[in-house]
Amino acid sequence: MTKQYDAIVIGGGHNGLVCAAYLGKAGKKVLLLEAADEVGGMARTREFCEGYRVSAGAHILHSLSAQVVKELALLDHGLDRSGHCLETVILDEQGAHVTAGRDSASGEGLSPEEIEAYASFKKKLRSYAELMQPMMRRRPPRVAALGFRDSVALAKLGWNMRFGLGTEEMRDFLRLAGINIYDVLDEFLGEGPASDKLKGMISLDAVMGSFTGPRSPNTVFTYLCRLMGELEGDMQLPVGGMGAVMQALANAAQAHGVEVRTAAPVSSIRTEKGCVVGVRLASGDDIDADIVVSNADPKTTFLKLLGAPKLEAGFANRVSRIRNRGTAAKLHFALRGLPKFTGLEEGQLRNRLLVASSSDFVELAFNPVKYEEVSDSPAIELVIPSLADPSLAPEGHHVMSIALPHVPYALKGGWDAEARKAFIDSVIASVERFAPGFTELVVDSELLTPADIEAQFGATGGHWHHGELALDQMLMLRPLYGAAQYTTPLDGLFLCGAGCHPGGGVSGLPGHNAAAAVLKNKKKGRAEAVA
Amino acid sequence: MNHTEQDLVTEDSPRDHYKALVKRSPFYEKQVALSNTNKWHRWKAYTVADEIECMEQEYFAVRNSCGVFDVTPMSKYRIGGPDAEAFMNRLVTRDVRKIKPGRVGYTVWCNDQGKVIDDGTIFHLEQGVYLLCAQERQYDWLMLSALGFDVEISEETNNIACLAVQGPTSCATLKAMGLAGIEGMKPFGLTHFDFGGAKLMVSRTGFTGDLGYELWIDFDSAEALWDALFEAGKDRGIRAIGGDALELARIEAGFILGGVDFVPANQCVRLHHDRSPFELDLGWLVDFSKESFTGRTALLREKQEGSRYRLVKLNIEGNKPAHNAYVMNGKGGKTIGAVSSAAWSPVAKANVALASLDLTKRINDNNIWVEIFYQKELKWHRKWARAEIVKDPFWNPERKRVTPPADV
Amino acid sequence: MGKQHYDALVIGAGHNGLTNAAFLAKSGLKVLVVEKNPYIGGASVSRELYENWTYSNCSYVCSLFRPEIYRELNLAKHGLQVTPFGGSVTFTRDGNFLGSYPDPEVMYREVARFSKRDANALERYHADTAKWCRLIRPFLMRTPPDPTSFRPKDWRELAFLLKKFHGLGEEQIYEFMRFFTLSVAEFLGDYFESDLVKAHFSGSGIIGTGLGPFSPGTAYVLLHHYMGDVDGNIGTWGIARGGMGAIAKALAGSLREFGGEILTGDGVERILVKDGRVTGVALESGAEISADNVVSNVDAKRTFLKLMDEKDLPAQVIDKARNFKIRGSSGKLNIALDGLPTFTGLSKDNPLYKGDFHFSDSLERIERAYDDWKAGMWSRDPYLDMLIPTLTDPTMAPPGKHMMSVFVQYCPAKLADGDWTDDKVRAFGDTVIDQMAEYSPDLKDLILHAEVRTPREIEAEVGLTEGNIFQGELTLDQLLFNRPFPGYAQYRGPVKGMYMCGSSTHPGGGVMAAPGANAAREMLADLKRDNTVPEDFGDD
Repeated sequence: MTKQYDAIVIGGGHNGLVCAAYLGKAGKKVLLLEAADEVGGMARTREFCEGYRVSAGAHILHSLSAQVVKELALLDHGLDRSGHCLETVILDEQGAHVTAGRDSASGEGLSPEEIEAYASFKKKLRSYAELMQPMMRRRPPRVAALGFRDSVALAKLGWNMRFGLGTEEMRDFLRLAGINIYDVLDEFLGEGPASDKLKGMISLDAVMGSFTGPRSPNTVFTYLCRLMGELEGDMQLPVGGMGAVMQALANAAQAHGVEVRTAAPVSSIRTEKGCVVGVRLASGDDIDADIVVSNADPKTTFLKLLGAPKLEAGFANRVSRIRNRGTAAKLHFALRGLPKFTGLEEGQLRNRLLVASSSDFVELAFNPVKYEEVSDSPAIELVIPSLADPSLAPEGHHVMSIALPHVPYALKGGWDAEARKAFIDSVIASVERFAPGFTELVVDSELLTPADIEAQFGATGGHWHHGELALDQMLMLRPLYGAAQYTTPLDGLFLCGAGCHPGGGVSGLPGHNAAAAVLKNKKKGRAEAVA
Repeated sequence: MNHTEQDLVTEDSPRDHYKALVKRSPFYEKQVALSNTNKWHRWKAYTVADEIECMEQEYFAVRNSCGVFDVTPMSKYRIGGPDAEAFMNRLVTRDVRKIKPGRVGYTVWCNDQGKVIDDGTIFHLEQGVYLLCAQERQYDWLMLSALGFDVEISEETNNIACLAVQGPTSCATLKAMGLAGIEGMKPFGLTHFDFGGAKLMVSRTGFTGDLGYELWIDFDSAEALWDALFEAGKDRGIRAIGGDALELARIEAGFILGGVDFVPANQCVRLHHDRSPFELDLGWLVDFSKESFTGRTALLREKQEGSRYRLVKLNIEGNKPAHNAYVMNGKGGKTIGAVSSAAWSPVAKANVALASLDLTKRINDNNIWVEIFYQKELKWHRKWARAEIVKDPFWNPERKRVTPPADV
Repeated sequence: MGKQHYDALVIGAGHNGLTNAAFLAKSGLKVLVVEKNPYIGGASVSRELYENWTYSNCSYVCSLFRPEIYRELNLAKHGLQVTPFGGSVTFTRDGNFLGSYPDPEVMYREVARFSKRDANALERYHADTAKWCRLIRPFLMRTPPDPTSFRPKDWRELAFLLKKFHGLGEEQIYEFMRFFTLSVAEFLGDYFESDLVKAHFSGSGIIGTGLGPFSPGTAYVLLHHYMGDVDGNIGTWGIARGGMGAIAKALAGSLREFGGEILTGDGVERILVKDGRVTGVALESGAEISADNVVSNVDAKRTFLKLMDEKDLPAQVIDKARNFKIRGSSGKLNIALDGLPTFTGLSKDNPLYKGDFHFSDSLERIERAYDDWKAGMWSRDPYLDMLIPTLTDPTMAPPGKHMMSVFVQYCPAKLADGDWTDDKVRAFGDTVIDQMAEYSPDLKDLILHAEVRTPREIEAEVGLTEGNIFQGELTLDQLLFNRPFPGYAQYRGPVKGMYMCGSSTHPGGGVMAAPGANAAREMLADLKRDNTVPEDFGDD
């Protein structure tokens, strides 16, 4: 009997869309099932209060793989990359802001030496990111069962490390890869309030979306992951919001024959004799396919959709130990006007604004989340997307989208209405310090704690990256060994979400790599004789 | 997932538990009264007898009349709840659905790598309620395995006392004790009796390879059970036995012992020092027709690609037990394995051993030798002895299988 | 003395310096050890700071000391005797405690008082940690390979490393990679559910380290403390009879037997270099001693930034030394007691009394103690590792009297509110004593004398930069071929004839003596002499 679909992709987040598009492009008949009313996952743009819309999760486009853009011809499918490229402004209460670009920095009190130090630091770390990048565009090798391609990739990495970087840089790379960003910044960047702001920015970028502060080991590694995004292009607030990017991906997928079905939540993945045979929808309908690719996070995929009983006990327990307690929250403000930041021109508001005056500030803001508390002086990343896309808010009004790196999934005492209000007020007060009068502009707000993100987008733990980006969950350990090459212990079941290598951010690489793994996989066990 | 917590520490002052080093089985005092050798060893939290009076006589009680061994320290877990059957079936390599209520099954369970964590018996008490018995503690692995199942797991180790009653007169003894109809119970059968108001569970199981039963009762009624049993058996040669006699009997029966013939996988530190069911000659316990059980993937691969080890029963020439002996391919040839259990079998009059062979080596089944070291009055001897691989247990009497057993 | 010439001169008579010197002397070299203090031992000292009391006032327990070295240098003959002590205990704020008993069944029952699941997980926990110890231990007595090098020796060592890893099997390699980068809290979470049980075991993950239990990488630090053994019992700690100074004393005895010499009471001011080659040292007293080889037992930072002239060194080495992470994070109290203090809830006949005491009953408390340190304060609620060694070694105090050693985590080298002062040191000591007094009503009355040591005192006396007990953080960036820094991990300094043998080098701190022995082996190879340094006993 021929089945209607070759493959089903569960979840229409960006990785699901990318994966589906690649599979479609390769001639597979693909059905993509999305639980929500529209595709886009955490990156979709949706109304949070009447008349105001914003991207719920990711609000800045910065790491979308250039390879994916090209191969899926996203520019032909509506992706608009003509938007303003963002710089980062690290705010100062007195208006002594520091503005940083890819390799440039300016601001009061920043000496030429400090600027040079910043530029050379970025170049140095970017060269490491470049070194690692080829590893991100392919499936991670298995350590004890290296295929020919794995060996070639590793040999290339070794060669580039030794001869591309040279002896001294290779040694430095091996040293820095496991260290914390805090110490490295002290080694390379200057001292004083202006350089402190650059350190604050880098610290924030290094820890955003993970359970770390800048003094936590491994944060150089997470920063390198961030820089790999920078290699793909500068940060942008996309025209039409992140939702438009998602739409371009959906267009590309559909152009390759992918059938996209929204409002079709999957309740379980069906198996027979250890092989995937399809999915069951919440509606009770069964759809058959030999291949199911899950864009859901690994815990949802394995423990909810498949169920631990269908896995071996050790594997199931390792899934349950994946670190995916989200620590990043989103906060959206509907504003009746454009806020005025002390010392910033209106044009500068189109940039990414940070409250992160030093790495110590970020570290201090991290402390409370360890104890399931919130900081009264949080580190903040904020953008005003309505400046790039006025349609997001009523005329003359604006939306502000804030990412908060250190907000607990579970708050001591619970996230009740009172706690939520107190926290929102403390963020408003923080912003007010840099933008006097801000409080008056707030019409409404929406707080998405990690628990809210879990509830609304289905990512267990509400983790942006579907799992901590850390060395113990990277490469062949992401999301866990036994499922780190996009394949799973079950024949026909694949993973394609951010929980897979190379991880989160709107890069599309997990989806891209997963599609390659699906296409490469021969159904070896399908006819497995029962012994 | 539910589990009932049962606190192991019942002393009034729990923090002083360290003063009471060893737990005592409810049969301990009975054995102390009989013991004149005072030889004991520890088994987890308990102490058990190595020998009560005379190891040889205790052994022959098992083979000739009726030997009674205290197996209370066995780890025992009760598993119930809506998903109990599915849970058990995912846990062990056998198809548990084939063990009907009122039946007992021997099985092994493995980790994801297909290596044996332990072997033991499953008692299907009533539909969907099981008692799992094993030498080692299994609570950790059971709880890990319970992820995603609606099951209740409770430890019964310190609630249920157990006596193994083994030997040709065991059935008659139990009958004399008033267990009506016991003779009708088939091997691996399981029945409940009333014992002075207490619930007595009897299974036709054991670790001796002979006719035998195991009696299960709560701690409070344990001493009374011992008394009734020994009263009923006094004319049938009943005798309390120690672990040494049991050890000899189990080697004759070809039964493996955790920690001796294999390393429990979750305690194993070195790569390839653990064993799969196939490597323990227990392939018959692995049922691949089950969709999923822990170790399935690895075992299927092993089945296709071959095992690393092979456990064999050896019948060795001469009469010097091959303790810790190397196994060689040909006299003076390459080492191909080692003996893990060895004994001179008084009943089979054979020099028997269990050995693990390394299948990465070249092995000629028909030319296997062992190198035995033994000493007489401090003089050490090295002896080469030819060994024959045998299929059946060294001791495998018909009476083990016959129902009803002969009325002796 | 000034005219004398030595084949090798060792700076610092710590256990590694003495070990290094002993192996060099054993090969027939003329060796001198120079020690700035009037006594030897570095951080392995026994000192009588209060009449009739012996204080192991720096390091206080021993397990990491390599038995290969112990035997090869005949330390038993020279008076060293290490006795294992039983267990450890963590007190809870509600008047209870959790103890680690040496007997596995008693331990099982003890943990079961708090969590049956955790009691049952102990076996798996011990098997797994034993796995990692078994993997790491063969590297202790070896020189780390240089991954950038193409020399056959480095390739051989890399191959050895890969072989050891390969011997784990694929799954265990992944498990190890994960373990190596995990926080101790997360690692313990793989086994235990009770916060108390986790807190109890987590101490080893943070002792001597500028990291908290939630910091990635601390699982390895835990292993570093577990690696030791006393007669094959992995993870057992022992007490040197007569205090830790007995180790230095025995090493010195061995050194002298092989013809080596020790000069005390005169520190090295400068390592002398001429034409890119070491020529000797200049002493603080003004004397100069010439030597073909100079070995520094001093930490890497101090060695390169204080003992050497900048012009003698490549610029990058100076940078590397400056960036070397060696943070003071620990303090120490040594207390003479008029009698054995009472600890509420723990009866004095409990064998746990001989073990170490902790008073942090949750991971949060330990992590908060770390937060204080990050902010430049000593922990207001510190993690303590307290031990009464006189219960195991009665020679250290008069009969019926006791000595108490309290290791304190965390205590910063630099305070946010200015330099350490005597008042602050006293306040720090009070913080520690107050914490213990919460659990011990009679403690304060029994105190006859207390020596309070912050990183300031440790640095001033022992010379450890910032008072860091490991001579450098045990983090990924400073382990194996990165220790002390990349390119200089094979005990050779940047100048011909100059070597390093302290805990700043592989395999790091603890009274292990492996760095000293490994450095000696490398030196003897350079000098083309027969190796006197034993190989690892091996396993299997």
